[in-house]
Amino acid sequence: MKFTIQINEGPYTHQASDTAYNFATAALAAGHEIYRVFFYHDGVNNATRLSTPPQDDRNVINRWSDLAAKHNLDLVVCVAAAQRRGIADADEAKRNGKNADNIAPGFRISGLGQLIEGGIQSDRLVVFGD
Amino acid sequence: MSDEEMMEGGVQKKFCYVNRTAPYGTVYALESLEVVLIGAAFEQDVSVIFMDDGVFQLTKGQDTAGIGMKNFSPTYRALEMYDVEKLYVSKESLEARGLSEDDLLVDVEVKTAAEIRDLMEEQDVILTF
Repeated sequence: MKFTIQINEGPYTHQASDTAYNFATAALAAGHEIYRVFFYHDGVNNATRLSTPPQDDRNVINRWSDLAAKHNLDLVVCVAAAQRRGIADADEAKRNGKNADNIAPGFRISGLGQLIEGGIQSDRLVVFGD
Repeated sequence: MSDEEMMEGGVQKKFCYVNRTAPYGTVYALESLEVVLIGAAFEQDVSVIFMDDGVFQLTKGQDTAGIGMKNFSPTYRALEMYDVEKLYVSKESLEARGLSEDDLLVDVEVKTAAEIRDLMEEQDVILTF
């Protein structure tokens, strides 16, 4: 089955990103396809490479980056939600006159159309968050 | 695949947006509206449900001056221009909050919980905010 996953909550405050990660890992292990992972609302905070959790805790951001590298996942961060919350890649930083970017490897910033398209192209859209 | 190719592709699914939160306490209502507006360009079969505190999103006379936030409620009136015309509101949620259809700023269809359940069952994609 082909899945698109939507994550609506930030890391550590909320379990949504952890559960979505476990779901994605299990789905891939079972031979399913992840068409896209879309980060929305505070979920865009899963894409900052500046996160530095304690060493004895899981690293939510790196975990997504590693999974994306291993399975060639499409991790998409909503541009409008990202702009509000200060998540930027080099292009976005330049466009908005910021002196730094913070997006983690494997993530890309794009529009909400990517979420709708995921819903159209996938067998299931699974939403994690409140 | 680009957005344009998607529209030309002619794939049509039943998309349902479920709004359950009050408009200003959290960002969900505003960012849900943004998805609905962007999604309208994809020419899918769209329904929008307002239930629980989500019914407050549609109330008339919203005044946000005191909380320093943008009153985005006029945008709901623009949904019609985007061909988003199937707006449903939970009867039980309205009643529990002392509201009626007359308190709402757009034309809606009031549905019981059982009717909303049936509506959800028909959908291909449900996005809850």
